[in-house]
Amino acid sequence: MRYEAPQTVDQAISLLAGTDGDPRVLAGGTDLLVQLRAGFIDPELIVDIKQIDETTAITAEDGGFRVGAAVSGARVKEHNTLSLLWPGVVEAADLIGSTQIQGRASMGGNLCNASPAADTVPALIAAGATCALAGPGGRREVPVEEVCTGPGQTILSNGEFIVSILLPARGSRSGDAYLRFIPRTEMDIAVVGVGVSLSLGADGQCSAARVAVGAVAPTALLVPAAAEALIGGVVDDAAIDAMAAAVRAVCRPIDDKRGTVAYRIEVAGVLAGRVCRIALERAGST
Amino acid sequence: MTDSNETPSGNGTGNGKDYKWVGTRAVRPDGVDKVTGRAKFGADLHLPNMLVGKVLRSPHAHAHIRSIDTSAAEALSGVKAVITRDDFSDQPKGAVQPAGEMTINYRDMVRNVMAREKALYEGHAIAAVAAVDARIAAKALSLIKVDFEVLPHVIDPVAAMESGAPIIQEDLITEGMEQSPGAMTNIAKRVEFGHGDVAVGFAEADVVIEREFTTQPVHQAYIEPHACVASMTEDGQGELWLSTQGHYVARGHCATLLGLDVSKLRVQASEIGGGFGGKTVVYLEPLALALSRKACQPVKMAMTREEVFRATGPTSGAHLWVKVGATNDGRITAADAVLKYQAGAFPGSPVAQGAQCAFAPYELNHVRTVGYDILVNRPKVAAYRAPGAPIAEYATESVMDEIAGVIGMDPLAFRLKNAPKQGSQSSYGPKFPVIGCIETLEAARDHDHYQSPLKAGQGRGVATGYWFNIGGQTSATLNLSEDGSVALVLGTVDVGGTRASLSMMAAEELGIDLDKVRPMIGDTSALGYNMLTGGSRVTFAGGIAVVGAAQDLIGTLKDRAAKFWDIPVDDVEWAEGEARATNGYTDNMQPLSLQEIAKDMAKTGGPIVGAHSINAQGAGPSFGTHVVDVDVDRETGRVWVTRYTVVQDAGKAIHPSYVEGQYQGGAVQGIGWALNEEYIYDDKGRLENAGFLDYRVPVCSDVPMIDTVIVEVANPTHPYGVRGVGETPIVPPMAAISNALANALGIRFTDLPMSPPRVLAAIKAANGAATTAS
Amino acid sequence: MAKYHITTRINGDDVEFLCAPEQTLLDVLRDDLRLTGSKEGCASGDCGACSVTIDGRLVCSCLVLAAEVGGQEIETIEGMADGDRLHPLQQKFLDFAALQCGVCTPGFLIAAKALLDRNSNPSETEVRYWLAGNLCRCTGYDKIVRAVLDTAADMRD
Repeated sequence: MRYEAPQTVDQAISLLAGTDGDPRVLAGGTDLLVQLRAGFIDPELIVDIKQIDETTAITAEDGGFRVGAAVSGARVKEHNTLSLLWPGVVEAADLIGSTQIQGRASMGGNLCNASPAADTVPALIAAGATCALAGPGGRREVPVEEVCTGPGQTILSNGEFIVSILLPARGSRSGDAYLRFIPRTEMDIAVVGVGVSLSLGADGQCSAARVAVGAVAPTALLVPAAAEALIGGVVDDAAIDAMAAAVRAVCRPIDDKRGTVAYRIEVAGVLAGRVCRIALERAGST
Repeated sequence: MTDSNETPSGNGTGNGKDYKWVGTRAVRPDGVDKVTGRAKFGADLHLPNMLVGKVLRSPHAHAHIRSIDTSAAEALSGVKAVITRDDFSDQPKGAVQPAGEMTINYRDMVRNVMAREKALYEGHAIAAVAAVDARIAAKALSLIKVDFEVLPHVIDPVAAMESGAPIIQEDLITEGMEQSPGAMTNIAKRVEFGHGDVAVGFAEADVVIEREFTTQPVHQAYIEPHACVASMTEDGQGELWLSTQGHYVARGHCATLLGLDVSKLRVQASEIGGGFGGKTVVYLEPLALALSRKACQPVKMAMTREEVFRATGPTSGAHLWVKVGATNDGRITAADAVLKYQAGAFPGSPVAQGAQCAFAPYELNHVRTVGYDILVNRPKVAAYRAPGAPIAEYATESVMDEIAGVIGMDPLAFRLKNAPKQGSQSSYGPKFPVIGCIETLEAARDHDHYQSPLKAGQGRGVATGYWFNIGGQTSATLNLSEDGSVALVLGTVDVGGTRASLSMMAAEELGIDLDKVRPMIGDTSALGYNMLTGGSRVTFAGGIAVVGAAQDLIGTLKDRAAKFWDIPVDDVEWAEGEARATNGYTDNMQPLSLQEIAKDMAKTGGPIVGAHSINAQGAGPSFGTHVVDVDVDRETGRVWVTRYTVVQDAGKAIHPSYVEGQYQGGAVQGIGWALNEEYIYDDKGRLENAGFLDYRVPVCSDVPMIDTVIVEVANPTHPYGVRGVGETPIVPPMAAISNALANALGIRFTDLPMSPPRVLAAIKAANGAATTAS
Repeated sequence: MAKYHITTRINGDDVEFLCAPEQTLLDVLRDDLRLTGSKEGCASGDCGACSVTIDGRLVCSCLVLAAEVGGQEIETIEGMADGDRLHPLQQKFLDFAALQCGVCTPGFLIAAKALLDRNSNPSETEVRYWLAGNLCRCTGYDKIVRAVLDTAADMRD
């Protein structure tokens, strides 16, 4: 195994594209090193992207923020303006693991590891975030909900990696939130996670919404039907119940050591309602 | 040197006397090393020329081992030794010895440390290598070829009892039961305790409740994995450094398995990063010694966390049936229980202790507990803090609570009405000595926690727990230095602060500053035999040994003073750190301090040493009553413990902070056991949650402060009245929490853990039933 | 197989070491530099016994490759005391009996110090959530949390 720490995106691309033996990108390392130690992966090359400016910067862009793929959750949380703009995304990133994990784990890594239960993914999808990918074929910007194709699988092609994630501008009277269920208070992988972002019009009715749910399917799911239950009306109990029902309807979880099918579907609905109310309250107060 | 089994009288009487050290919160003498990272645990030792050892483990839950080919591994450059079952002689049947709270069968042990005929659980050790570094050792393991014939497996104890179940040990004969000759079984033992006639008792009852319960195996989850460094030399002598609760016991096991004279092996206990019973047995150590013997170099071995979960003993999972009858005015008339505990792949579950403790907090005329020890394809269980009792009392304390509810009686009042006292016939045989069950119940009842109102939606539960505690073989020595300071040599491994309490008793006896006593845990060559640290015995038995050693030292000091003054030794007393002439001799005889006598010891007769060796008897049992408040998110089934109080009888708290620490630590382990901890297996008998991510022990944010009340009903067999306290705290929590949930939700839980999916399912079922009924 | 030559700073001292690519920072600290105060409890970032800070950031050293730490400032438990003066947290842990077996203690001290360096007045809840990545099996956390809160109060005075 080799370890390299390129200084530029192009150097990283040529290292990744130039190796047959399962090259891996290293950002925070909180998934990669666990897999390495457990013997699940045996890469010939590890490419540490933390020396590249673009992957470690948080920059304002078009009213939103471009967050480098390797920026740690701790730094995201400490960024005051970003936390005010997208509190749901930040609280999702803040939920990954412990304080120690937060010191290293990144949203880019969380996305690319493509666990069905990844915490930031439903929140990023709800926010309408996009990723900047860089590879031998050039650059492309992809909505987050298109990145993961299955457990541990992404659309990244040979030599390609995520450089940054763009959190878009947010209008006034909008808010986002993320909730997950875990059996303890910390340190668990999400049994279910739901992210909601919604906007209110001048009339107090919902003008836009995005709802995403994680850990109930091979990938996190954008749930258009749940958004439709909210859009165009007052977000009252009936609308929220309909929204929660739509979330439950798309769940196709498995039984595993972290939860059963029935339990995940039930709690997905419960969390959907709760997180919607938080997003609503945040929207109302901006 | 004294070695009687009598309790030395000492200075302490445990009846409220004012002490200078005992009862204070002195800083522990080994503390600075622990807060600076200097203290050396099992994996912290480096020796020159040291190799790294690793173990190849079975991927199958049950399989014949047809052959093992180690040739490629042995040929790998950097590999210095490879061992398999061929490197260990078999041990004869019937080689059974008591050790700690479990009996040891060496024929089973040699098979557990390295599989012989069969792999009996996933994770069972098959072979081991020693190499110059970890990478080469890992590669060597991958080159070992094992020909397995996979067999059907069974991991559930009830299924293992059925005819037709896969048989784990073909030659097993059930103790305590009739068995047809030639009939193979997985039932290793049947035990029965009790007195009276439960049928008569149930006939007297106005209310009878009968329930079945299940619990899952849970692991001690000590934060430090097993680790050791072994060094065998060309002359057949060996040194072993290991993380253990008992280095003398480990020495005996390793000497037996390696065919060595016991004294050829010198064993040093490292600091131990948690044991709770799980480090009373050997796993890596015989392997490391065997590898070292082959390689003639030191070998370090340390388990990964995954190995700890896959290959070391948790405590049993169980199936329990409990039936209790009581009159309408709250008198229990009969109690009956059948406990089926899984032992893992070899006999030895703590079902007997569970059966003995099950109804211990009650004075009963008619009681019966029956226990079965059952083999399954899982790691051999190891002791876990009051082994057997928490499992049994989860069931019995739940049923007791339910009966109290049915007859409309306060649960503590119900327990008080049936509480045992000194002289009561215990449910398992002996009459109770001086005990504090009633005192803990009353203190719990009168506590602010129990008196304070609950918030809406919350529930409150109580439960009482019991553990016998033990004494055992213990030796201690006090060596007087020439400046009057004292070295206290102990053989009882310090798992959580006993160097402090034992030093405090020594200082109290001698009447000197605590600062003048330097304690250390000696290696196995330094003292007479010391049984392992377990059974909550160290402050009790260690205290007796230390007080005895101090009295022995004082005897010699008085002799020297008497000689110096030329008066009869009966006219010399020892007080406040000095020898004083009494009986009218005082006028010209100034008191002689410890320093003065020490300074002149060469002239007065030579080195001065106090020693005491005993097999301590008369350990005082400890009762504890817990009060817990819970909150439940009724839409997700998540349970929060919002308030927790432990009330427990310590006899005498030598160092109150460390007594409180035992109460708090055991309670939180119990909270984890109640709400989230369990082993999860796939259909191939393989563990799915072999790590701290999915084996969910409580984290800091999961629990509130744990309030404690130390009740002191002195134990007359100890010079200061000490009772062991370490184990009782884990006995009540699961039932207390289950009872609190019953109070909050009106639902009785009968299966551990009471994790969110189970709680939610029960809530929905109860709501569904209510809807149907209405 | 070639090793990497890394130059870094540990507890204020310049340190150089050679490491294999797959070695973690924890491996190098314990096995090569003989700084055994940081412990391996799980090797998967779930127990916090290996906690160190890198450039002031609290991390699990078992999840950092040794090859990554060139040019960075690492602080381990061995650097927490100042000569023979214990850090207030270390002294408080002793005074409050906030340790029993002590194996988790280095990790807790490093983590608690990282908290108090950022937040001089944490609530009990904040302390508990900050320390959720440090497992203790002996104490039930009670005395640890009290020690941290009390130290914070002392340091504010």
